[in-house]
Amino acid sequence: MAYSDKVIDHYTNPRNVGTLDKNKNNVGTGLVGAPECGDVMRLQIEVDANNTITDAKFKTFGCGSAIASSSLATEWLKGKTIDEAVKIDNMDIVEELALPPVKIHCSVLAEDAIKAAINDYRVKNGLEPLEAEKSHH
Amino acid sequence: MNLPIYLDNNATTPMDPRVLDAMLPYFNQKFGNAASRNHAFGWVAEEAVDYSREQVAKLVGANEKEIIFTSGATESDNLALKGVFEMYKDKGNHIITCVTEHKAVLDACKHLEKLGARVTYLPVKTDGLIDLQQLEDAITDQTILVAIMYGNNEIGVIQPVKEISAIAHKHGALFFTDATQAVGKIPVNVIEDGIDLMAFSAHKMYGPKGVGALYVRRKNPRVKVTAQMDGGGHERGMRSGTLNVPGIVGFGKACELCRLEMADEAKRLSALRDKLQNSLLELEESYVNGNIEHRLPHVANISFKYVEGEGLMMAMKDLAVSSGSACTSASLEPSYVLKSLGLSDDLAHSSIRFGLGRFTTEEEIDYAIEQTKKAVNHLRDLSPLWEMFKEGIDLDKIEWAEH
Ligand SMILES: Cc1ncc(COP(=O)(O)O)c(C=O)c1O
Ligand code: FES
Repeated sequence: MAYSDKVIDHYTNPRNVGTLDKNKNNVGTGLVGAPECGDVMRLQIEVDANNTITDAKFKTFGCGSAIASSSLATEWLKGKTIDEAVKIDNMDIVEELALPPVKIHCSVLAEDAIKAAINDYRVKNGLEPLEAEKSHH
Repeated sequence: MNLPIYLDNNATTPMDPRVLDAMLPYFNQKFGNAASRNHAFGWVAEEAVDYSREQVAKLVGANEKEIIFTSGATESDNLALKGVFEMYKDKGNHIITCVTEHKAVLDACKHLEKLGARVTYLPVKTDGLIDLQQLEDAITDQTILVAIMYGNNEIGVIQPVKEISAIAHKHGALFFTDATQAVGKIPVNVIEDGIDLMAFSAHKMYGPKGVGALYVRRKNPRVKVTAQMDGGGHERGMRSGTLNVPGIVGFGKACELCRLEMADEAKRLSALRDKLQNSLLELEESYVNGNIEHRLPHVANISFKYVEGEGLMMAMKDLAVSSGSACTSASLEPSYVLKSLGLSDDLAHSSIRFGLGRFTTEEEIDYAIEQTKKAVNHLRDLSPLWEMFKEGIDLDKIEWAEH
């Protein structure tokens, strides 16, 4: 399968690879997927007092599209408020990276990881987790 | 050195230029129909087919009358299984095969099950070989055929065919082997190996695509298969259709070259393969899949734990290899062959098959080693699983959100 230039770019020069201290109160961690399925994504956000995401990091075990989706997600997250971040939709990622239909689930994983990271942050800070809204599986 | 480097010779091989040269006249100059008995065009074509048949037969120790030309191993597998079932169904309806067979065998068996066959799919041991005792235990007085492949296409393991055929014969069953990956790579001899039917294909041995053969024993015992295609009664009535003369000529030449060069080539390739394998095993948490003693000389299937095969192949973009990972929405299942060795799904997702060939050079292998190591390290830097492993976290204890 041919990959789009954007996928190749994110894959070869992934942005924001790394690890934030998951024990910090202002860090939210989302770990989604399963090794058996061939994909595991960990996405982390660091949030300041104004509810703005100041840093985002990822690590992904998965195909090139999964790696590119999570790399792109971290780029988009930085500078967004939590409320804005919740609105990131997997289809935005599909469009930006020109993912073919068989790779849509890689973007779903990235959306799930964003939501999971936000919920982890919310729970740590005494807020209700958001309802898991069914994404485009 | 030209990039990308082709290391997928189990999928198909490039044609040897000598094979191409042999074929060319048969497209437009000597284009006759080998079945045309009444003019020179036909005779020339028939002569070429006869010569090729001899070359094919000679490579596997058969008589030329025992070679049925087909369109490839898929057709040969189908003809063997369906043809034997149809021919011998009065004697019994039981077939024994194994779980790591090629889809052409497994799906033909599935088809026969719908027609009333009972099929036993033997498991394999963790090294990919079948258990001979299990084979013998599975045989009943209804067993007409044992179908076990010679060399496996994903991991290269070589089944103990002599022992398997002996067990089949002891109980009055025929022995069929899909030898597509083995013929032309290692010595295969239908007499010494006790083979009654055997499928193989030209494009895996530096010949053209779309031509193959089914060996059907004529003596001790005389084996017959019911034709699966009706028509002019070519190939002793077992496979109708105008012969693919250029393809058959190429197949014959490919067999001749393999017969003459196989021994040296196997030595050279297994040395290169071992170099590749040993260098890659220097990487932490990397494992060879399948038995390494009973293995084709040109194959190495290696899992690199904590990286995913498809992502890895993308990083090895200058290497044409194949992966046992199939994480797409069409099929979330990784390779059934690797899984049947008892490999966990994540290791199966982390596997790469390297298939060397006649035109593989040492320079290419050195480059492949360097690229693969770089790619594995790059992906491990990106892998959350690798980080957890390094921190000593037991991945099996995590509750994954499977989807
Ligand atoms: C073991 C085995 N059997 C059968 C086949 C099918 O061969 P062909 O492409 O000639 O139909 C292959 C090749 O993919 C193979 O490796
Ligand atoms: S993560 Fe499964 S195909 Fe991309």
